[in-house]
Amino acid sequence: MWKWLHPYAKTENAYQLCLTLQPWLWGCALVCLIVGTVWGLAFAPQDYQQGDSFRIIYIHVPSAILSMSTYIAMAVAALVGMVWQWRTAYMAMIAMAPVGAVMTFIALFTGAAWGKPMWGAWWVWDARLTSELILLFLYIGVIALYGAFEDKQQGGKAAGIMALVGVVNIPIIHYSVEWWNTLHQGATISKFDSPSIAPEMLWPLLINLAGFAFFIAAVTTVRLRSEIVLREMHRPWVKRLADESGVA
Amino acid sequence: MQFDSFSSFLHMGGYAFYVWLSFAVSFGVMAVLVFASYRQHRSHLKSVVLEQERLQRIKRAKKNAAVSVSHDR
Repeated sequence: MWKWLHPYAKTENAYQLCLTLQPWLWGCALVCLIVGTVWGLAFAPQDYQQGDSFRIIYIHVPSAILSMSTYIAMAVAALVGMVWQWRTAYMAMIAMAPVGAVMTFIALFTGAAWGKPMWGAWWVWDARLTSELILLFLYIGVIALYGAFEDKQQGGKAAGIMALVGVVNIPIIHYSVEWWNTLHQGATISKFDSPSIAPEMLWPLLINLAGFAFFIAAVTTVRLRSEIVLREMHRPWVKRLADESGVA
Repeated sequence: MQFDSFSSFLHMGGYAFYVWLSFAVSFGVMAVLVFASYRQHRSHLKSVVLEQERLQRIKRAKKNAAVSVSHDR
């Protein structure tokens, strides 16, 4: 069943796949982000309690959800690298880490800018906020640990173990609003049976969620290609590629 | 359209600072990430080319050294 995946363990195939997907991912990301953001900012109705400040939801919720999804994707890549000894999987892992860190930062920042007018504080040491901050530190830890190794194969393994251990934080973030008393509101759209949000507010949110997901995928393809070039420097196909790129 | 005028759209019902700050910083950070990723790709390609040239220089120097040694004899 998973056999189709095997050729992509070869870096050259993975590189080509990234190159093929990239324009489509960028296109979808751009369209979704523009439609979702304009719709959310200008056309979605006001919230009856929070007025127009609720419009921050259109970047806060997608970035927060995807900061966790990206972490899981990164951990899966680390697991694949460890179990099947795929070097390419470690490269994918390290390509995703900065993208996830940026998503986490956006979630935290927009959360602060939303918290200030609604709660009266930029930051509170509440379970949801603190566990999301730990997620940011996990991403930074993975990046730093990988960077600290001269031998990138070893660095990939070490950072991969860290990424896998950090997975325990994901359910903590998700359930933090249920397990602890918190200022943060509960889940809104993950309750698929009855989302507690009006459809005219929900649609732009879902479109932006897709937009952020495409954006993350697109940046990851760029970063993965760049990682492959660096790590496979001595392969003839990479040499040819660099010569033909006309950078030097 | 939820707003009567463009100025009321910019005003965001009194929350202009927080809403626009959030959107500006978020898309700003994303743009920086994209820019940095492409620049990194370019610099990695460049380092491949430079490494190639370095290896060729070493090869040439070794060859020249071997030639001059044989001339000395």
